[in-house]
Amino acid sequence: MTLVKHELKQGKLSLIIWTGSIGLLLAVCIFLFPEMKGQMEDVSNVFSSMGSFTDAFGMDRLNFGTLTGFYAIECGNVLGLGGAFFASLCAAGILSKEERERTAEFLLSHPVSRVRMITEKLISVFVQITAMNLAVYAISAACITFVGEDIPWKELNLLHSAYYLLQIELMGICFGISAFMRRGSAGAGLGIAAMMYFLNLVANITESAEFLKYLTPFGYCEGADIITDGSLDGGKIVIGMAAGAAGILAGYVKYTRKDIQ
Amino acid sequence: MEAIRTSNLTKYYGKSRGIEGIDLEVSQGDFFGFIGPNGAGKSTTIRSLLGLISPTSGEGYIYGLDIRGDREEILARTGYLPSEAVFYRGMKVKDILKLSASLRKKDCREAASVLCRRLQLDEERKVDELSFGNRKKAAIVCALQHEPELLILDEPTSGLDPLMQKEFFEILKERNKAGAAVFLSSHVLSEIQRNCTRAAIIREGKIIACGSVDELSKTSTRRVTVHGSVNLEGLEGIRDRTDTPGLSSFLYSGDMNLLLKALARGRISDISISEPDLEEVFMHYYEEDRK
Repeated sequence: MTLVKHELKQGKLSLIIWTGSIGLLLAVCIFLFPEMKGQMEDVSNVFSSMGSFTDAFGMDRLNFGTLTGFYAIECGNVLGLGGAFFASLCAAGILSKEERERTAEFLLSHPVSRVRMITEKLISVFVQITAMNLAVYAISAACITFVGEDIPWKELNLLHSAYYLLQIELMGICFGISAFMRRGSAGAGLGIAAMMYFLNLVANITESAEFLKYLTPFGYCEGADIITDGSLDGGKIVIGMAAGAAGILAGYVKYTRKDIQ
Repeated sequence: MEAIRTSNLTKYYGKSRGIEGIDLEVSQGDFFGFIGPNGAGKSTTIRSLLGLISPTSGEGYIYGLDIRGDREEILARTGYLPSEAVFYRGMKVKDILKLSASLRKKDCREAASVLCRRLQLDEERKVDELSFGNRKKAAIVCALQHEPELLILDEPTSGLDPLMQKEFFEILKERNKAGAAVFLSSHVLSEIQRNCTRAAIIREGKIIACGSVDELSKTSTRRVTVHGSVNLEGLEGIRDRTDTPGLSSFLYSGDMNLLLKALARGRISDISISEPDLEEVFMHYYEEDRK
């Protein structure tokens, strides 16, 4: 596990910054809720009558006046986008950075098989994403308690699980991409995360594009669906995990045969 | 058993030539020089041996282990010094050395400390702050601290000052005496001549000469230096000629009788005919190969 430890040390600062930023934004949103709660009836009416914008964020099916509705939309977007960017960046750079920063020669001239190297790097990304999610989950629960609201455990767990799975899927896809690229992997990772987010918005707005929900991991992270159904969409998650697994497999196949520069 | 043996080792990068049909044999205990200019294929050969790149065809073995299938075992027995030492940013030298040792599952603290002292390398410094030469020293310690049986060194002295180069070769000679094989690539021919027992010359991806350094230096070409005046018109096989008043120096690979006749006709106060140094031999091989 030498490489896992090494990668965790290397990624420590980035993990702290991303966790702190997402946690802080979530905390701000939660601390705003009690103040906004009283005005929410009007706000909900406004938000639910904004046409495509309302559809795009599922605000027609959620009540902004409740903590779960507010949390699913406001905090969901923060954790959804922030988490997606973090997971994509982490995974997209994990293999490609060795060649980009010309450390691959140092690392691969040690008696470490490529499979072991890939596996340990994958574990390190997984650990970082998991640590970020656990920290953010704890921050959310603490902030909700602090503002004097009851923690809606079921909804909170479902929402956080969905976003965690989203990040795992993106991690798998971007990990695969990382094996193919030497430069520009960060841009590719951020681009994929942003594209997936906007695909979901398009799917929400246009009925004929609803199939896109099966392509983007944001499709199974729709706060409105999760709160309304009280469960996650297993079908979409299976497709998403298969896409992530395919990305990881492609990463192994490519990197074990790759000429290192 | 040979430390390194390659047979028809070939690597193409797409359609571009890397190396073609490389046949090498380096025995245990050899101090082997691998000479060639930039882009000749030295690093491609080394990177193929270490499994960093896959050969297009041919075979390569290190201690009988296949470079394609036994990469880990090969690397466990090898110390590699890349031509350009690059490390992870933000780490101290001691952390890099520790990381390298733990990737080899070894405790090399004692050996590392001795090497750092001999090379005057401060283990507490961050690698980002190190000069090119000091980064090279850190890479040398990484390559040597686990006391490998085979040392593969790619342009090892670039960036090292003359004193450090001397100390570095002292260390290599000690290791070589203790039984390690040293495979050293360089385009500095004098350092190969001074330190290596055997050498191979590579040009445009192909080995053009291989043998003991003494043998390689023994060509029919001679460096001729004449003090006085002599008419060399019409003599074939003269190159690298420099003329100053009263002094002519040139490499001669033509008929020695014709040279002696030409010299006998001249007014000469002093003459020396000597074996060329390896640098001149190197050029000789290059030009021979081009013909």
